[in-house]
Amino acid sequence: MPQPDPSEEQQQAPHELRPAWSLPAGTADEINIPVEWPGEVTRDWAWGGSTGKGVRVCILDSGVDQGHPLVGEIQQSVAVSLGPDDEVIVEEDTEGDLCGHGTACAGIVRSLAPECEIISVRVLGAGFTGSGGVLLAGLRWAVEQGFDVVNMSLSTTKRQFAGILHELTDTAYFRRTVLVASAHNMPVESYPWKFSSVISVGSHEESDPLAFYYNPDPPVEFFARGVDVEVAWTGGAHIRCTGNSFATPHMSALVALVLGKHPELTPFQLKSVLYLTSLNVGGGR
Amino acid sequence: MSEDLKAAVAAGVVGSEETFRSLLESVAEVARAIFGAKASSIFLLDEETDELVFEAIAGFGADTLLGQRFPSSTGIAGWVLVTRQPLVIEDVTEDPRFAKDFAEETGYVPKGLMAAPLLYEERALGVLEVLDRPQRSQFSLVEMDLLGLFANQAAIALDLLRRTRRAEAVLAASGGGADVVARLATTVENLEDERREDGIKLLAAIDDVLRREEGG
Repeated sequence: MPQPDPSEEQQQAPHELRPAWSLPAGTADEINIPVEWPGEVTRDWAWGGSTGKGVRVCILDSGVDQGHPLVGEIQQSVAVSLGPDDEVIVEEDTEGDLCGHGTACAGIVRSLAPECEIISVRVLGAGFTGSGGVLLAGLRWAVEQGFDVVNMSLSTTKRQFAGILHELTDTAYFRRTVLVASAHNMPVESYPWKFSSVISVGSHEESDPLAFYYNPDPPVEFFARGVDVEVAWTGGAHIRCTGNSFATPHMSALVALVLGKHPELTPFQLKSVLYLTSLNVGGGR
Repeated sequence: MSEDLKAAVAAGVVGSEETFRSLLESVAEVARAIFGAKASSIFLLDEETDELVFEAIAGFGADTLLGQRFPSSTGIAGWVLVTRQPLVIEDVTEDPRFAKDFAEETGYVPKGLMAAPLLYEERALGVLEVLDRPQRSQFSLVEMDLLGLFANQAAIALDLLRRTRRAEAVLAASGGGADVVARLATTVENLEDERREDGIKLLAAIDDVLRREEGG
């Protein structure tokens, strides 16, 4: 697998050199972009040869069934809950997947990015009441850990969480944690997929797991495989599933592949790469 | 709550539960029929106990499952409720846990299910499930949209049912014969033409007399 240029890795990130809000005269040379951006961004340039090695992908979901052959080893598994005084509790998850969905997402990511690290953050299972708070706490914990990618096949409709979720997704964006979130296909307001700091994903009906399209009519930004997807499920099962929540891990895996090859990309640059490699833009090249 | 308001609320809720429940059952039945499925269920979230309750069922399980409860955040229905995401699952061959909310109660393990959250404004009220629709070569996103439309309808019906129950509870707790007032209001409402006018006049006269006596 092609590795990033070590000289690039040693460069300091621009935000460590100066305040972020200005560029004093004569310092433009200090913000050279540590990516050799090609004249034409192709899929081969973007992720050719990458296995996702070195990229940490967090599955924020129902837990992950560790022993499933389609998932393989996962690096960490925690469960998030709230205590009696709403204090956040993050502990080792000994229950595994309570539903099957997290295992399905992990399996999809693993199938496309076989060498990425997978971390399961279970935010389901403690009851519906308080689940919005647990979701927020889980996402905050994931952002604090600095994971490279967070797969979120979930959303909330509670407006009281919108502001704080927005802040959290912006924080992730600036810290280079890429949030990939399922879009909602029902006529309700929900978050965080609608925020521009995340990558939002809807479904197309094709069977190619690497086929994805840029949507020129947002808020949904990308369409990925989400219909009749064969996935891993609890109890070692394989089942076929449909839903945006299965399209999302396809995009998360693609992000892992691109970051495996170009770890220095910011979420903005990464989105640009995804745009340029979408099938309806230039991805056929 | 003032007596006038109580009477107005009572008039609104008497008999409504039955109507809204019928509406819910109708949504479940139409969803089952449109998809050609074996069964369709609508679950209501009981916020007090944090459980999902079988509120309407069409097809398999209709006789036995109504009113059955299970925890709100486990199984497929729980996942759909908490995440607000619809999903479709097919070809289950190895793991009956995937629909344990249904399977544990009936011994019937569906091979596939469609599930959508019932969302009304910013609230998640419950879940619509459609079990064992005929498996075609490929599921289509048009069907997913259709499921969303049914879910939307079911959510509205569920919201009406929930409001009715809350109003009934308030009335029951307030006592004071509000149920009698409600029955009277409903009876007058159901009268036609002249008899209705007469009824309203009579009630207005009673109201007048009672107020005068109250005033001394």
